Amino acid sequence: MISFEPSDEQKAIVEAVSRLVEKEVRPQARPCDQAGAIPQAILDSANSLGLVMTNIPEQYGGGGENASAVTGALVAEELAYGDLALAIAILSPGLHATPLVLAGTDAQKTKHLAPFVEERFAPGSAAFVEPSFRFDPRRPATTAKREGDGYVLEGRKCFVPVLAGETPILVFASEGDGVQGFFVPRDAAGLTIEAGERNMGLLALPTAEIALAGVRVSAADRLGGEKGCDFRLLLDRSRVGLAAMGVGVARAALDYSKEYAKERTAFGVPIATKQAIAFMLAEMAIDVDAARLLVWEAAWRIDEGLDASREVTLARRTVADTALRVTDCAVQVLGGHGYIREHLVEQHLRNARGLSTLDLMTFV
Amino acid sequence: MISFKPSAALENMRNLLHMVAENQIRPVARQCDHHDAEKPWDHINFMWESVKARGTESAAAAKKEKKEKKADGPREGNMQMVTIIEELAWGDAGIYLCTPNAGLAGFAIEAVGTPEQKERFLKRFTEGEPKWGAMAITEPHFGSDTSQVATTAVRDGDEWVLNGTKIFVTSGLMAAQESPGILVVWATLDKNAGRAGIKSFVVEAGTPGMKVLGVEDKLGIRANDTAPIVFDNCRIPIENILGSAEVVQSSGTAGFKGAMATFDASRPAVAASGVGVAQAALDGLKEILEKEGIEIRYDAPDHELTAIERDVIDMEAQVQAARLLTYRSAWMMDERRHNALEASMAKAKAGSVTTKVTQKAVEILGPLGYSQKHLFEKWMRDAKITDLYEGTQQINLLIVARRLLDYSSKALS
Repeated sequence: MISFEPSDEQKAIVEAVSRLVEKEVRPQARPCDQAGAIPQAILDSANSLGLVMTNIPEQYGGGGENASAVTGALVAEELAYGDLALAIAILSPGLHATPLVLAGTDAQKTKHLAPFVEERFAPGSAAFVEPSFRFDPRRPATTAKREGDGYVLEGRKCFVPVLAGETPILVFASEGDGVQGFFVPRDAAGLTIEAGERNMGLLALPTAEIALAGVRVSAADRLGGEKGCDFRLLLDRSRVGLAAMGVGVARAALDYSKEYAKERTAFGVPIATKQAIAFMLAEMAIDVDAARLLVWEAAWRIDEGLDASREVTLARRTVADTALRVTDCAVQVLGGHGYIREHLVEQHLRNARGLSTLDLMTFV
Repeated sequence: MISFKPSAALENMRNLLHMVAENQIRPVARQCDHHDAEKPWDHINFMWESVKARGTESAAAAKKEKKEKKADGPREGNMQMVTIIEELAWGDAGIYLCTPNAGLAGFAIEAVGTPEQKERFLKRFTEGEPKWGAMAITEPHFGSDTSQVATTAVRDGDEWVLNGTKIFVTSGLMAAQESPGILVVWATLDKNAGRAGIKSFVVEAGTPGMKVLGVEDKLGIRANDTAPIVFDNCRIPIENILGSAEVVQSSGTAGFKGAMATFDASRPAVAASGVGVAQAALDGLKEILEKEGIEIRYDAPDHELTAIERDVIDMEAQVQAARLLTYRSAWMMDERRHNALEASMAKAKAGSVTTKVTQKAVEILGPLGYSQKHLFEKWMRDAKITDLYEGTQQINLLIVARRLLDYSSKALS
């Protein structure tokens, strides 16, 4: 039966995440954006919720839950309601854990999942987007070629999250007709991490451009070993996750501008009582709900094992558009004040602009 | 659990209705688009059989539920309703509106009628010949501002005497004159009392003093009649005022609010018909593109999409978004949750989406879109009503805004 009601368990998770967001994430959204860094304390605190750990099989020390894309989408939206950069950082262990759980070999799981079941937060990192407007997610310019008993990687990547830690970078590269993932240690020969990348938004998240010049990895470091991975599914799970975050960003901007419009007076009345403002807010609210339902449907299809690529495309494009428009409208509702960094809406707008460009920044 | 899997019953119903739409409705869509066209009797007679059966079934289910004092498993009556409407409107929005049933009158009676009234007025939709129900609210001097009702109801012994003029009554001719149907009429007991004075009354077809003045010549949904109706000392029984005795006698706005609750059910229905028309245009567009060898590449990187691919993907996304908002508002009714906000959201979204999507289809197809050889120009004309009736786009935005901001209708007007 068709239903729009999250399960009791999902509601409980979202509630726990929502508490974290109100208490720790939202208050830190601006300071982190300004500092260009995220305090370890927030990450450790979020880590204690076990959002990623829950989905790691018991034999590797995790909670043994089946990773539901719908649950993941609910969590991702709620975290990004606090802040997009912090949400990506908090869920970054999933950048390794999800591909490993779905495709990893036993040896890879044993080796790479270990950091993510610890009390202390350990970051994951994936390298996917390339610094070219021609970047094709299904045919990256970065290549992996079989040589002897290993692979050689060549290419450039950007938007690579590099939070402090020891965990390797999972690099996705074209191999023949497909795309495969490779675990590259941060100190690998031929790998240059050009940290300090600065973008319009996501300023809190330390990201890097990386250059791979003849980087050699062993066959055992290919995600899924000989079998490799189903990249299509990974891309879908990633895009649904980011789309869910986009809904969160849009909702945050909506709520902020809504409260502002009720407080701010002009001509003796709150500006929210003027139709020009009220209608804008109504349209924003409708579009946020519409985008969320598209995300849920795509996530649900993934959970059902159905082909979701069309629905993912519909959700992703709609969210990118909606989040940009809604955050822009939020700035507009605040007028000149929306342009000042005293208010969060300009940060939401900068973050939302990234949604159509960013890829593989999270997984559900 | 969040799920987008329709029940087997719903899926079967959709498939069946899609066949009906494709084989019975679509072939006569163009010819029924003429102002003075004959009614689509094949469709009417065919649908009447299932309308009767559904009416009997749901009455029995309601009785059983009442007797056992509890729900009999999950309900999906409203999900079924929007599914049926979506598919029929995919066939043709005007012909869908000709489907014989209690219509908006049914929604109103279900929302505020007493058990006795439900039995007396709705039983006719489970037996006999095809019949229609309609709702008369709008008057020549007001549309959205429903508090301005000037049609009067004056008590005279055991009767109400109605006087006034109603316009834009959807299916009014069929409900009031061409079948033994019913009309729900909004009238005021006391013009000085504002909303508190407004009540709704059931007038049966053929009641002396009720006169259908003609049929409007419209932009779209031309298969269906939209009628102006005059009440000239029209006398109806005292028990034809809708609602319980308390509502009837109260000086508060309970009666008005009850009548407004009709919209919680009718807006998802209108949204569903808009989604159906938009989907028809989208399907037709994709069929032509496919014949021309143009395939939509959902997997292509954004910078490689052609303008047409981009348009079609965005149209599909918008139609699906409107559909899901519509389903949500219907699902909430099945769950017996208050859905006024979500119903208006769905209606506003579906109204703008179907308007834009059908216009885009005409634009993309160029001469084919504009030509009456194809149905695209018709769908564009039909679509527009979705953004007008059961509350214009703006009225629905106003309702969404009030609920979002927690403002009364006085605070935000």
